[in-house]
Amino acid sequence: MSAIENKVVAPPVTEELALVQAAKRGDDSAFEELVRRYDRNVFRIAQHITQNREDAEDVVQEAFLKAYGNLAQFQEQSKFYTWLVRIAVNEALMKLRRRKPERTVSLDEEIKTEDDSLPREIADWSPNPEQLYNQSELREILSKTIQGLPPGFRTVFVLRDVEGLSTEETASALELSVPAVKSRLLRARLQLRERLGRYFQKRESGDGNQ
Amino acid sequence: MKCSDFLQELTNYLDGVLDENTKTELENHLSWCHNCYVVCDTTKKTIQIYRDSLPYELPDDLRSRLRSAIMTKCQQHKKRGPQSV
Repeated sequence: MSAIENKVVAPPVTEELALVQAAKRGDDSAFEELVRRYDRNVFRIAQHITQNREDAEDVVQEAFLKAYGNLAQFQEQSKFYTWLVRIAVNEALMKLRRRKPERTVSLDEEIKTEDDSLPREIADWSPNPEQLYNQSELREILSKTIQGLPPGFRTVFVLRDVEGLSTEETASALELSVPAVKSRLLRARLQLRERLGRYFQKRESGDGNQ
Repeated sequence: MKCSDFLQELTNYLDGVLDENTKTELENHLSWCHNCYVVCDTTKKTIQIYRDSLPYELPDDLRSRLRSAIMTKCQQHKKRGPQSV
């Protein structure tokens, strides 16, 4: 079994840096190009974290505006995108806190200890689980399933596995250590796997799906 | 390698960052432990399904609306000075 192919490819840092430097000198068209490059990513991340479309739209605006206003503080040895993601994640978590004040929402929230990482359900899945459902049913399942994860897990999973940031970039964007990112990622992946198993498990013959 | 050791290394394995020795041990474990094989395979599918589905796309009209709102606010910010964000 080989490692999963990562289809999300980050643009070359040098080109990005040239845009950042031009934007710092006051070239708004360079900043607009940065918005074009990353607005879709920021929107996806924000929607995954907030699970609310209006909030995600607000996060996109607020994150870019904050980046624009603080561009002078951006240290050029890190990647602009990682810095932008950090701003966007913080904005998204703030939205979530406002919406769900009864729950503590933090990336540092306490995570259960080692024992819960051993999967309880070991049933195998259908060979092509995504074909068991139509597109909109599948989206609903994926969305409902990821919503069940604590925000700290969800965010790590989205940055690493959906957006394709490296472990180090995810750690830097979330201001977590690399081991903390790895441990959350493992738990997020295993929890999603277990929850999706309810929908994707191999079915007995005769149900028309095999 | 025990099942619990396999689980600890699963993320590194799926991310392709294991050293050769550990990778060989892990693959040896997978060759006879059906449960771990299933966990590994379905975890891999979980990631792939989420990666392929990307359920939150930004529609083009909303995208241009947001971008123009962002740039207008940026210009207002520029006129007002750096204290306003």
